[in-house]
Amino acid sequence: MFISFVFYTLAAVLVASAIMVISARNPVHCALFLVMAFFSSAGIWLLLEAEFLAIVLVLVYVGAVMVLFLFVVMMLDINLAPLREGFARYLPIGALVAAVVVIEIVLVIGASDIDLPAVGDIVYRDADYSNTKELGTLLYTVHLYAFELAAAILLVAIVAAIALTMRRRSGTKSQDPSRQVAVKREDRIRIVSMPSSSDPEHESSERRR
Amino acid sequence: MNAVHSLWLSSLPALAEFFLLAAGCTILVIDAFLDKGREAITCRLSQLALVVTLALVVALFPDARITAFDGSFVSDVMGGLLKIFILLIVIVGLFYLQAYLDERGQARGEYFVLVLFGSLGMLVMVSAGSFLTLYLGLELLSLSLYALVALNRESPLACEAAMKYFVLGALASGILLYGISMIYGSTGRIDFAGVSSAIGDASSLSLITLLGLVFVVVGIAFKFGAVPFHMWVPDVYEGAPAPITMLIATAPKIAAFGMLIRALGEGLEFLFIDWMQMLTFLAIASLAIGNVVAIAQTNMKRMLAYSAIAHVGFIFIGLLTGTPGGKAASMFYVISYALMALGAFGMVIWLGRKDGVGEADRIDDLKGIIERNPWFALMMLFLMLSMAGVPPFVGFWAKLAVLSEAVDVGMTWLAVTAVIFSVIGLFYYLRVVGLMFFHAPERSAPIVAPNTVRLVLSINALAIVAFGFYPDLLMDICVRAFPGLMAGQ
Repeated sequence: MFISFVFYTLAAVLVASAIMVISARNPVHCALFLVMAFFSSAGIWLLLEAEFLAIVLVLVYVGAVMVLFLFVVMMLDINLAPLREGFARYLPIGALVAAVVVIEIVLVIGASDIDLPAVGDIVYRDADYSNTKELGTLLYTVHLYAFELAAAILLVAIVAAIALTMRRRSGTKSQDPSRQVAVKREDRIRIVSMPSSSDPEHESSERRR
Repeated sequence: MNAVHSLWLSSLPALAEFFLLAAGCTILVIDAFLDKGREAITCRLSQLALVVTLALVVALFPDARITAFDGSFVSDVMGGLLKIFILLIVIVGLFYLQAYLDERGQARGEYFVLVLFGSLGMLVMVSAGSFLTLYLGLELLSLSLYALVALNRESPLACEAAMKYFVLGALASGILLYGISMIYGSTGRIDFAGVSSAIGDASSLSLITLLGLVFVVVGIAFKFGAVPFHMWVPDVYEGAPAPITMLIATAPKIAAFGMLIRALGEGLEFLFIDWMQMLTFLAIASLAIGNVVAIAQTNMKRMLAYSAIAHVGFIFIGLLTGTPGGKAASMFYVISYALMALGAFGMVIWLGRKDGVGEADRIDDLKGIIERNPWFALMMLFLMLSMAGVPPFVGFWAKLAVLSEAVDVGMTWLAVTAVIFSVIGLFYYLRVVGLMFFHAPERSAPIVAPNTVRLVLSINALAIVAFGFYPDLLMDICVRAFPGLMAGQ
């Protein structure tokens, strides 16, 4: 009973914060709501006794990914107002399509029951049962191939990100310290002999320049 | 010690994949130490790596179905054959890519390394034994392709294409993953054999499984570029640099064919009636939209994009018959299409202007090619007629094989529809031929292309003629891939 209550509370918070992620005006708030969504789903996983996954979700997503996200959001300084201009205009069409899809899904699902016979009930283990160890064993034996492939995907992501951002843009100004140190007097100063003159016409042209 | 030894032995069937992964990482490091302007070395090393991978695939060619890594890796005749063609096409594609980049001074080592990792993704896809590895292979391929499209940051068109490709591709991956999660939820298994037996054993069909099937089919159709999930195809084909378009249009289609056979044919075979109907709709829509809209195009790459959509319709027709013969015909079609597309995009690259980043990709650029270079006008004639399905070229035999399989299972109406749309499609292929032979050229400058491009292009076009006269060479190979067919004969 208590577990159901905790589950529905967490689920409600999760859905509400997920909606806020896409509807909040301030992008920083969006990112923070996403953090809240991650926390709630970590709580749901804790209820299922998947402690390791719950902690990893908080550590990796909240601790690392979302913090980076916040950095990016703050650095880019996106003005979302122009992006939202069409929202009100397209809302009726979008709402209509969404309503039709929802009605269709309800009609289909209402016609027959959905059950997941293969999954069965949750098996509750003793306190000394380590699902971290179980996960590790599976990851490095049964799913070894998939694990290696995931590593390859991360490598491609790194290569792509670096290749796309490391480029020499034309017209960027950058400093080259070795050239700055090696600069000579002749490179910077040009001595011009100027005839001293009080010609008013010449002076005015100088000033205009 | 013994466990390590047995793990090494059991992973032997995947040796080609592991070699390619190791070679990709090594070449990445070597490239980092090469000076600017020495990218040709990276390209040749990549091609060497692919050739060695090809040799490993041939050396380890399986006589029967072998699985490794607890069923997540499958090695069988179909997978082996598809891998051979994928690797051959990528090796040829790298010649074009290197010549194109060299000419424009855009060469960067990352291009070749990303192509290597993309090829690894394709190999993983065609020998996937579970939804998990299938998805990972697909992501490996897609991520490499997104980056390849965007790598030329100076071109706004390429960046826009990459953005569209990335957003729509990510959406498709999400849809596919959602479907896989539903199937996993209802069957409790992620490997194709397990999913198949779980669905076969179940007394009644769970609705979640069906819903999952719909999402999986949508995801696959997205990756194939079948109507109505084709929106990204023309924009990406037009925006990407021509050799990258070539790499997107050829080998990944073969990998997508492998993916469809694995996921639908092996994993969800008991839902055949359901996915057959979906494929029928996708096939008809693709044939109609692809062939009709291609007529309105003025850009060669866009026209070829819509032609690709139409060809996907034909590939689906072979698959939805559900017979081993239909699958073999589809495989014949996808391989011959990949060869034809390789040649057609090679033509766009060959025509390419040297001045600036522009490409000669307008259809008008083909005007009067006969006067500028008769040999390549003849090659293009072969390619266009083959794509249109005119005998005696290979494209004709591919269409014939697919349609006769459809008639055999009593889908004559579908075959007739396909023929009608092909006749409509004939128009835009013949228009290209007409422009080449009966119009005055807009420019009289001779076409200067590197020797490798000219040689590879000629071999490619002549191969299409050769396969046209001896279609059995290719068809016998495809028939071998589906053992049920030989038992039935």
